[in-house]
Amino acid sequence: MSDLQFEKPIIELREKIKELKNFTVDKEIDLSEEINKLEQRASILEKEIYGNLTAWQKIQIARHSMRPTTLDYIQEIFQGFIEFHGDRNFADDPAIVGGIAYLDSTPVTVIGHQKGKDTKDNIARNFGMPHPEGYRKSLRLMKQAEKFKRPIICFIDTAGAYPGKAAEERGQGEAIARNLYEMAGLKTPIISIVTGEGGSGGALALGVADRVFMLENSIYSVISPEGAAALLWKDANLAQKAAETMKITASDLLEFKIIDGIIDEPMGGSHKDVKLASVYIKEVISKNLADLRVKNFDQLVTERYDKYKNIGCYK
Amino acid sequence: MLAIKRGEKVLKDLFQKKRKYASVSAKSIQKDVPQGIIVKCPDCNAIIYAKELEKNYRTCTKCDYHFQITAKERISYTLDQDNFFEYDSDLSSCNPLDFPEYEEKLASDKQKTGLNEAVITGEGTIDGIPLVIAVMDARFRMASMGSVVGEKITRAIEKANVKGYPFILFSASGGARMQEGIFSLMQMAKTSAALKELDRQGGLFISVLTNPTTGGVTASFASLGDINIAEPKALIGFAGRRIIEQTIRQKLPDDFQTAEFLIKHGHLDKVVHRSDMRAFLGSVLKLHAFGGVHHE
Repeated sequence: MSDLQFEKPIIELREKIKELKNFTVDKEIDLSEEINKLEQRASILEKEIYGNLTAWQKIQIARHSMRPTTLDYIQEIFQGFIEFHGDRNFADDPAIVGGIAYLDSTPVTVIGHQKGKDTKDNIARNFGMPHPEGYRKSLRLMKQAEKFKRPIICFIDTAGAYPGKAAEERGQGEAIARNLYEMAGLKTPIISIVTGEGGSGGALALGVADRVFMLENSIYSVISPEGAAALLWKDANLAQKAAETMKITASDLLEFKIIDGIIDEPMGGSHKDVKLASVYIKEVISKNLADLRVKNFDQLVTERYDKYKNIGCYK
Repeated sequence: MLAIKRGEKVLKDLFQKKRKYASVSAKSIQKDVPQGIIVKCPDCNAIIYAKELEKNYRTCTKCDYHFQITAKERISYTLDQDNFFEYDSDLSSCNPLDFPEYEEKLASDKQKTGLNEAVITGEGTIDGIPLVIAVMDARFRMASMGSVVGEKITRAIEKANVKGYPFILFSASGGARMQEGIFSLMQMAKTSAALKELDRQGGLFISVLTNPTTGGVTASFASLGDINIAEPKALIGFAGRRIIEQTIRQKLPDDFQTAEFLIKHGHLDKVVHRSDMRAFLGSVLKLHAFGGVHHE
């Protein structure tokens, strides 16, 4: 597992503890008191480091190569997932996955950006950056969910919609716009969860929902910190500064009332324990779905409209 | 049924000329026009007399290059004379992220343009047919979409919905307003939701994309017209040309992301020259004014 620079002290201490433990077993010496002390220190250190992550450190976790993907979460949270493919028009975009599954006993439609698990997978999935057909597939599946009165659960994790020639030729802008437009009117509950990177319009295209949550270490932003730095200060190396200035962390967005809540992650990030991370996510989905299911469809759409109508800062 | 009701409403309003209009005087428009006797076309380098350029709706007489125009000029070209009532002109942005130097930039653009924000919204008529109109002005922060742009456009759409009027939007935008971060992004959802509601009520939306319309504006309201049209040679796209070239490591064709490129790829209904725009809009509005064909 590739460790991040800022967590090195924790990793090193944990390794020392492991060595000591092995030593006690090998040499049959009782060092339990020392070990206990060190473990206490380790857990304090963990709280200190992981509890005070900067925006830039959270970005590193959000983009971690071991960060669980949509398919990992689907595996843990839902049962009997069947993946559906294609936009019925041009192609199947592997950068977005979707299909039907059970959440306990409730049939749901699940859709999410899909990053690769390794280099080969990432190339096949275009690093989770969709083309228009990805958005059009997701919209097709959402309409299907509406028809069969299934709630929709979306997982958001993309650096952004792919900036490519073919994407423009096939109407990247229109594909995203169409999703925003149709999602606003869908007569079925929608819950969206930002699990990693919420990159601009390409993320929002799965994010017009009744409830929006973010994992503790995820980010959601109108532009990547690198892009912001390049645009604003003509220097992509100022990305760390931009990360703080742009206010893109889960706690920033909760404060702005853009999202409805933050989902805890296991200490150090979801990649340390995908099962536990999934338990936390499932809890939030189940609870909120129960709240949404008592509302009739027109009420859902009206409340969704009002929610977005109220976002803005003006005088 | 609903559509017919909307048509009746438009007709009724046609005959009840009781609305009070604040007018955009010819003088205030003239002030926005740069002074000078001759102008050089940035596209074909032709030398054009300023007066001739004005007469030609600020398009090049040689190559049809469309010069950028102000929102007020656009309104005067489009609507019936002295027939514009502005909405929400007093709304202005705050600084939700406490972004450094944002307020100074807003203040300087306000002074430069005489506008409070990057879009003017209001109502007026074309050939006597009432409508709600929104016009973006690229001189103000590149007409990027901040909270005020999103809010004014949303309110205008809601007005169109309540009044049963068609909605016409002239977009021109650099995309998101970086300094408003996530608030900027959410305006895409907000304006799109408002358009969906207009659609549900049977309202007509004509989107006119002008040079340049890019980023988050392309990926929201500008692409959502019942009818999407553009001015010739307008730059329209989602991602920026430079970013695409860097990503795919190849040069893009010259006509990439132009109105002509978009119509070739099926994303526009028509490319309409500025001098034909008012007549075109008038014809489309007229065809829709009666709310469709009655069926038993």
